[in-house]
Amino acid sequence: MPEPTIFELSSPGRQGAYFPEPDVPRTEIPEEILRDNLPLPEIAEVDVVRHFTRLSQLNHGVDTGFYPLGSCTMKYNPKVNEQTARLGGFAKIHPLQPVETVQGAVGLMYELQEWLKEISGFSGVSLQPAAGAHGELTGVLIMRAYHKSRGDHKRIKMLIPDSAHGTNPASSAMSGLKIVEIPSDARGNIDMDALCAECDDTLAGIMITNPNTLGLFEEKFMEVCDCVHEAGGLVYGDGANLNAIMGISRPADCGVDVLHFNLHKTFSTPHGGGGPGSGPVGVTAELAPFLPGPIATVIDEGGEEEPPLYGLVNPENSIGRVKAFHGHFSIMVRAFTYMMMLGGEGLKAVSEHAVLNANYLQARLRDTYKIPHDRICMHEFVAEGHWEDVPDVHALDISKRLMDFGFHPPTNYFPLIVPEALMIEPTETESKETLDAFADTLIQIAEEARTNPEMLQTAPHNTPFGRLDEVKAARELVLCCWFPEEEED
Amino acid sequence: MNFPKELKYTKNDEWIRIAGDEGTIGITDYAQDQLSDIVFVEYLVDIGDSVDKDDTFATVESVKAAADVYMPVAGEIVAVNEDLPDAPEQVNSDPYGEAWMIKIKVSDSSQLDDLLDAGGIENLERDH
Repeated sequence: MPEPTIFELSSPGRQGAYFPEPDVPRTEIPEEILRDNLPLPEIAEVDVVRHFTRLSQLNHGVDTGFYPLGSCTMKYNPKVNEQTARLGGFAKIHPLQPVETVQGAVGLMYELQEWLKEISGFSGVSLQPAAGAHGELTGVLIMRAYHKSRGDHKRIKMLIPDSAHGTNPASSAMSGLKIVEIPSDARGNIDMDALCAECDDTLAGIMITNPNTLGLFEEKFMEVCDCVHEAGGLVYGDGANLNAIMGISRPADCGVDVLHFNLHKTFSTPHGGGGPGSGPVGVTAELAPFLPGPIATVIDEGGEEEPPLYGLVNPENSIGRVKAFHGHFSIMVRAFTYMMMLGGEGLKAVSEHAVLNANYLQARLRDTYKIPHDRICMHEFVAEGHWEDVPDVHALDISKRLMDFGFHPPTNYFPLIVPEALMIEPTETESKETLDAFADTLIQIAEEARTNPEMLQTAPHNTPFGRLDEVKAARELVLCCWFPEEEED
Repeated sequence: MNFPKELKYTKNDEWIRIAGDEGTIGITDYAQDQLSDIVFVEYLVDIGDSVDKDDTFATVESVKAAADVYMPVAGEIVAVNEDLPDAPEQVNSDPYGEAWMIKIKVSDSSQLDDLLDAGGIENLERDH
């Protein structure tokens, strides 16, 4: 039951928006920039509301169902986050206001920085980056600035394990570095021989995701860091999988020099079409002078009766701004709310339960789905969505069939080192009942693959739309439903 | 999986067909099968460029993944299959024919000795 586009609902003369009389003097718009060929939809308010409500009902979100999309940490986003983000003192201020008049907001940024430092073990944090990959780019630029400041200009090589996050090579390439891929060994760890062979005086550093994208903790993590440091390189940690280790292992203590946090994953702010991300970057004391600013700080400690005075400063050798104003501030409010609601012990429990839930699912599915690196996993694991006795059923078919049962599919075909990968991350917020329902369904689907493979190959059947033609969508890039008329010059 | 006898192969699943000092290059049947439906082919080289062995000369993208395509041997680019980006599905339907990607003048024919023959690639140990 396709919903028409808002343009198709248009009928000439209908109106849904009424502009108030202007309270400033009218100015005529110059004739040459006026146009009459912009076919905006004409539609009544009630029909706009119904249209978008229907669209929202066709969607799957973490508020409607289980969402085990590996690597994305689609945990439930508590509603209290939304309440605090809407408080007037946070929502109705302007970044250009004098800092004395927004002390609560700057104080929140300061406290958030401090919490992130405590969780990671770093000395400095900048809240500027807008999301994960932006944090990566920022971190790599800091690494480059550090080498350059020491007159070390030949460090142009970045090592990236094949179990790293997919955005890592792009962030390094965008920073002008040469990428060298490091293979994994049979246990899913970084191959130490291959790593050490690349550690020379052209090494800028390594970008490492730990736990890696197989959901496994790098068993030789500290050796990896030592090897890179001995060659004069720096270690970038991709914090995408921080949800597995909060309160248990601190990246800086293991030898990481720079790391980005994903507030939108680990700290429960909306993402995946639901809102902007936020990718703060944490660094060691040595790298702190290069952080992008401004950074929230305490200008005056205050006294017993006096609150502290917060301000914003720029680090001395800052790589500069990476985002307008202070980053995605309202996301920081949500993340800080989450931290306050849980406290330190609560955050540790988050990681423990995230790891427990993933291991429970892995244990329930192990006999039905091949787990190529089968050992205790962290917050996620990777299974193969393929069986040798039914070669024509693929991970994609299993995923589409899952939708018939109201589950969002796991991440497909990533990481690339596992064929037909199904990357499953349940998160800590799911109950045993939900995990069991999901495992039962996957086991049933494995059965169907043998008895009725067509059921999988033509799935989904119970969703508003059936199997979409991904090839056509990728080959025929039509993004407009109408084309503006050619300008006449 | 089909690996024609008259071609030479890399471990990364490129093939090269030699005629005199000219080589025609594309990706194997196995590579297209692993990538599934190819939706995008882009060349990173132009006619006249001299390109080293193992350098990337093209990128192919499927609905599942993107992959670089590497030079099996060094050479000068003498032709580029301009029709392929408009019909990337040919990589799936005819990887050794219509879907050739570039032709090169081989600069050091001794590099050909390092490549695999059809038997060699068929028996290559694959992760999957």
